Amino acid sequence: MRVLEPMIELGRGLWTTFRQTFFNPVVTVSYPEVKRPVRPRFRGRHILRRYENGLERCIGCSLCAAACPSDAIFVEAAENTDEARYSPGERYASTYEINMLRCIFCGFCEDACPTEAIVLGDNYELSFTSRHEAIYTKEMLLEPTPSPELTTPQRVPAGMYTRAVPEMSDPKG
Amino acid sequence: MTDVTLTIDGKQVTVPAGITIVDAAKRAGIDIPVFCYHPKLEPAGMCRMCLVEIGRPIIDRTTGQPVLDEQDQPKIQFMPKLETACTNLVSEGMVVKTQHTSEKARQGQGEIVEFLLTSHPLDCPICDKGGECPLQDLTMRYGPAESRFLYDEKQRLAKHVPLGELIWLDRERCIQCGRCIRFQEDIAGEPVIGFDKRGRTTQIITFTEPGFDSIFSGNTTDICPVGALTTADFRFGARPWELTPVTSICSQCAVGCNIVFSTRREARAGGRIVIKRVMPRQNEQVNEIWICDKGRFAHHYLETDRLTKPLWRRDGDLQPTSWQEALDLTAKRLSEAGSDLVILASGRLSNEDLLNLKLLADMAGGQALLYTHMGGGEATTLFGVSRGFDLGHLGAGDVIVVAASDLYEEAPIWWLRVKAAAQRGADLIVANPRQTKLDRYARWVVRYAYGDEAQLVEKLKADSGVSQALAGASRLVIFFGSEGVGQEQSSTLAFSLAQLLQENGHVAKPGSGLIGVWPRPNDQGAWEIGFRAMDDLAEQMRGKGLYIVGADPVGDDPALAEVVRAARFVVVQEIRFTETARLADVVLPAQTYAEREGTFTSGERRVQRFYAALPPMGETYPDFVITAHLAQGMGYVLEGSSSEGVFNHLARTVSAFKGLTYAQLAEAAEQWPITGRAHYYFSGTVHPNREGLGVALSNAAERGEPLALPSVEAGPAQRPQEGEWLAVPVTRAYDRGSTVWPSRLLTQRIGQAAVYVSSATAEALGVAAGESVQLSWNGHQVEVVVRIDETIPRGVLLTPRSCGVPLFEPTFLSVEVANTVRG
Repeated sequence: MRVLEPMIELGRGLWTTFRQTFFNPVVTVSYPEVKRPVRPRFRGRHILRRYENGLERCIGCSLCAAACPSDAIFVEAAENTDEARYSPGERYASTYEINMLRCIFCGFCEDACPTEAIVLGDNYELSFTSRHEAIYTKEMLLEPTPSPELTTPQRVPAGMYTRAVPEMSDPKG
Repeated sequence: MTDVTLTIDGKQVTVPAGITIVDAAKRAGIDIPVFCYHPKLEPAGMCRMCLVEIGRPIIDRTTGQPVLDEQDQPKIQFMPKLETACTNLVSEGMVVKTQHTSEKARQGQGEIVEFLLTSHPLDCPICDKGGECPLQDLTMRYGPAESRFLYDEKQRLAKHVPLGELIWLDRERCIQCGRCIRFQEDIAGEPVIGFDKRGRTTQIITFTEPGFDSIFSGNTTDICPVGALTTADFRFGARPWELTPVTSICSQCAVGCNIVFSTRREARAGGRIVIKRVMPRQNEQVNEIWICDKGRFAHHYLETDRLTKPLWRRDGDLQPTSWQEALDLTAKRLSEAGSDLVILASGRLSNEDLLNLKLLADMAGGQALLYTHMGGGEATTLFGVSRGFDLGHLGAGDVIVVAASDLYEEAPIWWLRVKAAAQRGADLIVANPRQTKLDRYARWVVRYAYGDEAQLVEKLKADSGVSQALAGASRLVIFFGSEGVGQEQSSTLAFSLAQLLQENGHVAKPGSGLIGVWPRPNDQGAWEIGFRAMDDLAEQMRGKGLYIVGADPVGDDPALAEVVRAARFVVVQEIRFTETARLADVVLPAQTYAEREGTFTSGERRVQRFYAALPPMGETYPDFVITAHLAQGMGYVLEGSSSEGVFNHLARTVSAFKGLTYAQLAEAAEQWPITGRAHYYFSGTVHPNREGLGVALSNAAERGEPLALPSVEAGPAQRPQEGEWLAVPVTRAYDRGSTVWPSRLLTQRIGQAAVYVSSATAEALGVAAGESVQLSWNGHQVEVVVRIDETIPRGVLLTPRSCGVPLFEPTFLSVEVANTVRG
């Protein structure tokens, strides 16, 4: 009796381990081979979006930089021409940089953006080994083009884009 | 003027009679929103934004007294409809209810904003005005949250119309307030833009070729209440809130306009801080709230092709070296030169730089010479305008003489203010050999032949009207410039004009005096500090040890190039690699005035401070620091630690500066119109002046010093011999000088190198417009294009300075028609 009781207890304990190991659903994932999906409103690394025709949505207005509470964004603008067109409006961002060391992922830049060009995506893999690497440039942030020939700058026929800011649909309409 | 008392929003306000309700409210600290009204312009009542309720006391017609109510207060009768506060002048007992107290006014203004926005595009994110836009600000404050108008019926108009190459128009953004048109017509006197068509299709157009041909065009972008007019220079350059404003003084001419450099760190420039734009800064005694386009757009030289390292000549070539080596060698050579040392400096340098150079020349026993094409500074230091001078105060009873100067080209803001003074009633006398833009506003125009400048004063006295005006003037201001004169002739002219002042008893009168329209910002300061100009500069420099600071004699004048080439030793202290620097033994890189602080003395003898806007480029130092280090190497002691230290020394040693302090220059006072961030809608995006209005120097008469001038000995004017032509130099605002040329934006305005003649002269020469001629004098030859200008007297060739013909004084030359034909 004095020998059997601990054995039973031990067996019950091991059974729990056995059960948890082989019959219960797995709660961990083997990152980085497997990545956990994020929530729909997750705020990860920024993406600069494009239109279907490959033109950049960003018009270089710098409102994201103005809204940024940690002064992480730097924008410099230039003028589009029909020979070298980056965005549908008159102006595009010739330099767009985000310092990810400063960014607090608050999403104010998204809110400020008049063209929905900057969005916080689902990428949370932000590691770097130097301060310089922490600065994400426009090339790193821009979404890939839908097809290779639709990259920017594009040459477009004269008079195709005459608006200062691309036409936007009424959010209520 | 009498004062009237009225009530605005329940607040009793006493203001001078004759001002508008908007101004009266502003003075009382109450904002009435406006778009078309501007305190510097006549009211137009076009935008209807300033709608308020106005009540006036009922006047009993039989007694002329106000009708009183039961409480013995005057009965107030309000108009049934809202009225515009900008077109109604204040009157005694008036009661005004603005949007702050009247729901009716608030609603009326809201509806006007709603109406203005029916066709205004939502360009704010990319608009250069966004962030400092009156329409944006007033919409946020008074506009409705929603529009009742249909989005689909918005107008679609041209988005980027170049009015000229400097100013861009966006037709959709324009709200037809007419501020730009009224500025050009009333203030600039150049109605080159106007309204075309009617009603909803009204548009701004330009009438001139090249488009928007006015040197004041940039000011329209400051007072435009929307982003319809923007400058090509700043287009998409930065957002206004990203810019750091740094106080400075314009260095393009002797007016000394107060400006602000808007700076920003830029990736395009490799992470440097750069100047993005130049904005006016209010100084009602100097430039009011305006600047000219040259000052606004010609700033690029400050950052283009700069010298960043000391150079010295090794094996025949200029090679980079260290400061220590460069200074050691220079100090040694300058010491060896001893009394053969000639310091040649220009008025581009600050007072501090010039003082150190002058002291060094004195200590070493050498000469300190001013590099200029204009003389007469001895006269302006003695007879210059006295303290309390303000062109804006001149009016009826005062007399302004503009002699030998095309003020529009030489000093545009003075032109603007002299014109305004003439329109206020001052008697303007213009004496010039050819017609200038100022003639239109002159009471008397006196013509003389080029070369007869010495006889000009006699000619003025001979005219009975002019001489009576001069004798009866309550204040007498005389400008003299460099139209068709060299150094010697302008000195003679200045002395004779100074005598004219003296004869009419205006020497110590407040507000009277002599003003030199100098080519550079601090020429007056150089004269005050004791620099002298020499008409035989080449002789003075021959075989000497030369220390050339901020001047390019080699690039300007082939005769001086020979002298510099043959000099004993040449040190050039410069910001850019000039032709003179090419011939130097040592080149010392200096900082531009935008990289350091200091002071300039304007032509009106006002000392004004500028501040460091940019970090120093490369291994450059301020001029006064370099000079102090050189002096140390030569065994002398000069202040070189701070600009303030040198200025204090200046205030102790130079009599005109006596009693001034560096801090005093930074004192500001309240000015009208009120400017600043909260008042952009009212006075435009001009910067308020919180960093100093500057202090005027006292003149010799005020200090009771003796007024001795060299006597004027005018010989008979020289006339051209057979086969010779008289070429006279004039000054053009946009020239090929090193402080303008690097601004590529202005290239079209600068144009080709040309010589200007009347069609009669062209016929006599046997050339037509657009053809080339070869000019020859003293062994020099230049080929230039001929342009026709009928205002030029017959037989005279006009050769603008620094525009391709290296002539700085009237010269007799021979002309041959060249074979090549250029556009």
